[in-house]
Amino acid sequence: MKNLLILGTSLFLLSGCSGNWGWYVVDPTTPSGFNNLKFMASGAIYTIQMSLTAIAISVVVGLLVALPGLSEKRGWRVFNRTYVEIVRAVPVLVLILWVYYGLPAITGITLGVFWAGVFALALSDSAFQAEIFRAGIQSIGRGQYEAAQSISLNYRDTMRYVILPQAIRRILPALGNQFVYMLKMSSLVSVIGMQELTRKANELVVAEYRPLEIYTILVLEYLVLILIVSAGVRWLERRLMGDEV
Amino acid sequence: MTTSQTETKPIISMENVSKHFGDFQALKNVNLDVALGERVVVCGPSGSGKSTLIRCINRLERHDAGRITVDGTELTNDAAMEKVRGSVGMVFQQFNLFPHLTILENLCLGPRRVLGLSPKDARDRALTYLERVQIRDQADKYPRQLSGGQQQRVAIARSLCMEPRILLFDEPTSALDPEMIAEVLEVMTELAGSGMTMIVVTHEMGFARRVADRMVFMDQGEIVEVGPAEEVFSAPKSKRFAQFINQILNH
Repeated sequence: MKNLLILGTSLFLLSGCSGNWGWYVVDPTTPSGFNNLKFMASGAIYTIQMSLTAIAISVVVGLLVALPGLSEKRGWRVFNRTYVEIVRAVPVLVLILWVYYGLPAITGITLGVFWAGVFALALSDSAFQAEIFRAGIQSIGRGQYEAAQSISLNYRDTMRYVILPQAIRRILPALGNQFVYMLKMSSLVSVIGMQELTRKANELVVAEYRPLEIYTILVLEYLVLILIVSAGVRWLERRLMGDEV
Repeated sequence: MTTSQTETKPIISMENVSKHFGDFQALKNVNLDVALGERVVVCGPSGSGKSTLIRCINRLERHDAGRITVDGTELTNDAAMEKVRGSVGMVFQQFNLFPHLTILENLCLGPRRVLGLSPKDARDRALTYLERVQIRDQADKYPRQLSGGQQQRVAIARSLCMEPRILLFDEPTSALDPEMIAEVLEVMTELAGSGMTMIVVTHEMGFARRVADRMVFMDQGEIVEVGPAEEVFSAPKSKRFAQFINQILNH
């Protein structure tokens, strides 16, 4: 009797589950499920392109903003602080909307969805990159600058050959974090119609009414991308550290 | 001996030089002339201003009063220093090698970027000086793979690669284990014999007696005693210097 009760409860729960989940919508063994998966995955290329372009730009801009922050001249430091504080204060989503809808109204420059997204993501991230670079450069001891000075290296060469190569090794984990962050934030560009992963998932949900399954796949898509990035950053760390061991 | 100052114009001249760090006065009206080829050893208790003294000569510190003239140029601003930067090399207590570069790369960086030597010429020059500090076989290693004594010899070679007229040493053996001090002093002694103008801040009194043309003793930001090495050692004029020698030799 007791066993029967347990069996009955289990069956009820199981049927309950199967009633809530409808994996057929993303079942690769059926033609429609396979097509849906293909549709979802087709957004990956834009997510990757956007994130890569944005991170590349934000690293360069971040460095250019960080250097004045280390200057002895107050004016340069004020520029650095102002940039960082203002840009950092704007939510990414707001920045995306502002660049896409606001920028054309003010400047007359209309950016396509892709470049508006890249611009907003890069701008937002550059403030964080600047802080990371500043911390990394400041962590290099004074002795390195003095040694560079004692062999007459100028500022540019000191930075290029002595300070930055050491600073970049130290901030690589933080840069990796920012890259992961960028991949995730790129999902917000879906609001202005960029056909990246999140947008594709949203469109499929509207057509199929299966949010649970589709968003679960979306989570997995981001997870895979981010695991690949993490592995890449670790590989880079090992490669750069390798020559110091 | 090149102790006679009147005959040649000094290559380094300090007149009434003062330097403050906040409220603390590290140098008080210091006067010192160094002739070309002269070897000067500076000693004194810690905090006496001896490091500050030589750091002012290559403007790692900016003096706030007085005049410093190096190789004919008065150090009035950073631009003036740039003119004579190449004449002055420096060896640091903590070596300050570039940890991410190999020994050879450490040595070639200056000659390549500053002097504009070709990769081959820079390499040849680097190897010559590595040979001179007896460390040529370590050329492709990284600094951290070398002992402290070897690293300091590399640092000396790195300075020599720029072929300076003056070489400043800021306590070059203070960070070394006792067994490594000798190998560094040996290189410095050899260098002194070659006619290089040297100012050495050190507590190595044996080295000072052997090598120095003149001894400078500093205390509390002032030059208390200065004179030919043998003279000041055998008959210190000031009480403070006599005490200092006693402490060093008995330690």
